[in-house]
Amino acid sequence: MPEGQLCNKQPIQSEAELNALLSDTGGKKYYDEMKALEVDSDKLWKTIQNTCRSRIRTWLEICAHCGMCAESCFLYLVDNKDPRQVPAYKIQSTLGTIIKKKGRVDNQFMHMAMETAWAKCTCCNRCGMYCPHGIDMGIMFSYLRGLLYQQGFVPWELKIGAGMHRVYKAQMDVTDEDFVETFEWILEEYEDDYPDLKVPVDQQGADILYTVNAREVKHYPEDLAEAAILFHLAGENWTIASSGWEQTSLAMFAGDWEACRMQVEHVYAAMHRLQPKTMVGTECGHAHRATVVEGPYWAGYKDGQPPVECLHYVEWLAGALRDGKLTIDPAKRIREKVTLQDSCNYVRNHGLKNATREIMSHIVEPGFFIEMDPKKEHNFCCGGGGGFNGIGLYRARRNQALKKKRDQISDTGAGLVVAPCHNCWDAIRDLEEEYSLGIKWTFLKPLIIDMLLVPDEVLQEKPRQ
Amino acid sequence: MYVFLTGFMFWLSLTVFCLGVIVRTFLYWKGLSWSLDRVAYRAYPLAGFQGALNSVWKWLLPFGTQGWRKQPLMTVFFFGFHIGAIAVPLFLLAHNLILQEKLGFSLATLDQSAADVLTWIVLICALFLVLRRIALPEVRILTTWYDYLILALAVAPFLTGLLARYELGGSSFWLPAHILSGEILLMAIPFTKLSHAFLFFASRAQLGMDYGIKRGGLKGTKMAW
Repeated sequence: MPEGQLCNKQPIQSEAELNALLSDTGGKKYYDEMKALEVDSDKLWKTIQNTCRSRIRTWLEICAHCGMCAESCFLYLVDNKDPRQVPAYKIQSTLGTIIKKKGRVDNQFMHMAMETAWAKCTCCNRCGMYCPHGIDMGIMFSYLRGLLYQQGFVPWELKIGAGMHRVYKAQMDVTDEDFVETFEWILEEYEDDYPDLKVPVDQQGADILYTVNAREVKHYPEDLAEAAILFHLAGENWTIASSGWEQTSLAMFAGDWEACRMQVEHVYAAMHRLQPKTMVGTECGHAHRATVVEGPYWAGYKDGQPPVECLHYVEWLAGALRDGKLTIDPAKRIREKVTLQDSCNYVRNHGLKNATREIMSHIVEPGFFIEMDPKKEHNFCCGGGGGFNGIGLYRARRNQALKKKRDQISDTGAGLVVAPCHNCWDAIRDLEEEYSLGIKWTFLKPLIIDMLLVPDEVLQEKPRQ
Repeated sequence: MYVFLTGFMFWLSLTVFCLGVIVRTFLYWKGLSWSLDRVAYRAYPLAGFQGALNSVWKWLLPFGTQGWRKQPLMTVFFFGFHIGAIAVPLFLLAHNLILQEKLGFSLATLDQSAADVLTWIVLICALFLVLRRIALPEVRILTTWYDYLILALAVAPFLTGLLARYELGGSSFWLPAHILSGEILLMAIPFTKLSHAFLFFASRAQLGMDYGIKRGGLKGTKMAW
C-alpha cells in the first residue's frame, strides 16, 4: 500500500520526522503525496466497528432530514446558504457514506471528507443545540477527524501540530527548559514595577498550578508575566510545573487520539507530582476543553474528572474579583462600548457563561457592556475554531467564515472585544485585518492589570530578612 | 380478510412492534460507552438524569427551545402532525373498543369530531412537510425517496382511516386498507427511520446527560435549550 514520505498513515514519532515535514513549505510535497495515498479500507471499517457505537449510529439513522440544523451553522450562513453546508448533509455525505460503504471509499472521497471535516466544520457543537433529535454533528465530525487522521488525510499543519505534542509535549517546539527560562526571563523585565515578582517552579502543594499555551512562551511571553503579576497581586500561593505545563492540544483538532492521551497524561503527571489544590489554565478555550473536559476520558478516568480541580482562567479571575483579592479602580472601569466573545470550548462545552459576565460587571461601567446576538451557549464560533485558523490550505474559506463574527461584533457597535480565548483572539485579530472594522481586541489579563487598585506596599520591595 | 387482519396480523404487528422497541431501546443503552462517548454516565446518575429530563422536556414543548422559536411555521406544522399522529391512534374510540376486546383494557377516548379534526390536521401538516421538502434547498438536498416512503408509511393509516370513516366508495375496501397500513406502520417503526418515535427520547436523553454531566451541568449550569 503506497504511502508518501511525508504524507502517510504514521504519526510523527521523532524530531527528525517533524523537521522533514516542517521543511516542506506550505505542505506542497505533503499534499502532492496525499493525491496518491491509498485508503486502508479494512482498517477503516474495523476501527468503525470497534468505536462507532449506538450513539453515533442512532444519530445517523434517525436524522429526519428536516434541515432544521441549517441556520444553526455559521458556515452555512456565510456561504450564501449553500445547501452543501447544511450540517446534516455534511456529516451524512462523509461519515454516513463511509459507514454505508463499510469503509470502501477512495482517495478522492477522502479528500472531500478532509475538506468537509476541517474547512466546513469547526466542531463548535452549535448544530447539536438546534436539532430536535439532539444530534450533535460536531461530535461526529470530531470522530470523523479521527478516522481521517488514521488514514493520513489530515491538513499539513495539524499533522505537524499533533507531531509537536508527540515530540515536545507541547503544540510548538518549546522545551521544558525554554518554558522555565522564558518565564523567569520575562519576569525580570517587570521587576522594576513589581520588585517581589517571582515564578515559583515545582512548588509542592501550592494552591494553584498554572498551565499555559505554548505559544505564550514562544510568541507572547508578556502573557506569562501578566499571569504572574495577577497571581502576585492577588496574593496567591501558586506554582508552575517545570514539565507538564502545556495545556493545549492540537492533537484534538487533528483527531490524533493517542497523542491527546499522551499530552494530557503528561499534564496530569505534573498534578500528581506536585499535588496542587487546583489547576488554573490560561485564557484558552480548546486548551481547557482538552485538559479539563475531554482529557480525563482520554486518560481513562471513569469519573470524567481531572486529578485535581481545574479552573479556566475566567473562573479564577471572577473568584479573585468576587473575593476582593483583586480590586478594580472604579475610575478606570471601561467607559466605551465593549462586547464579549463566548468561546465554544468552555461556554457551550463547559457551561462557563456566567464567569465572564461576572468579570465584565466588575470592569465595565454599567451600560457599556453590549452582548452579542446570539450570546452565551448560543453564540457563534469565532470563525477560526477547531484548527481552522491555522490551516493554510483553507485560508480563503476561513476568512469567509469570519464574516459571521464580524457582523455580530459590528451589530453591537462596540469598539473593544474581550476575547478570553487564544483561538477567538486570533480570529478577531484576523477579521480586523481582513475587514477593517476599526475595533480593538484583548485578553483579560492586560486589561485587568491596567485597571487594578494596587496597594503601595506591593509595589515596594520587601526588606530581606 | 378482516378476520385475518384483526386476528393474526393484529397480534403479529403488535408483537413485532413491542419486541422491536424493547430490543432496540435495550441495544441503544447497552451501546453507550463512557469512554468512547466521553460522558461519565454512571458516575453522576442524578446530574445525568436532570440533564436528560431538561433536554427531553424542553423539546417536547412547542416553542420550548430556541430551535423551535427560530422556525415558528415548521414548529406549528411539526407539532400539528405529531400531536395528531400520536393522539388519534391511541385515543380513538374505535381503537379502544378493539383494545378492550383484544387486551382487556382501554384508554381514554377522544370525541369523534376532535379525532376528525386531528386527523385532518395530520394530513394537512404532512402535505406541508412534503412541500417544505420540495421548496427549501436546505431540506431538498437532504431528502431521498426513503424520506417520502417514511412519510407515506406514517400518513397511510390516517388517510385510509379518514376515507373509511366517511365511507367514500364503501368502507369494505378502506377499512381493511386502514388496518393493514396501521399494522405495517407498527411493524416498520422499530426498524426504520420511524424508530425516532422512541429513539428520540434516547438520543435527546443522551445529549442531555452529556450537557448535564460533562458540558456544564456539574458546574451548576443548566443548558438553555
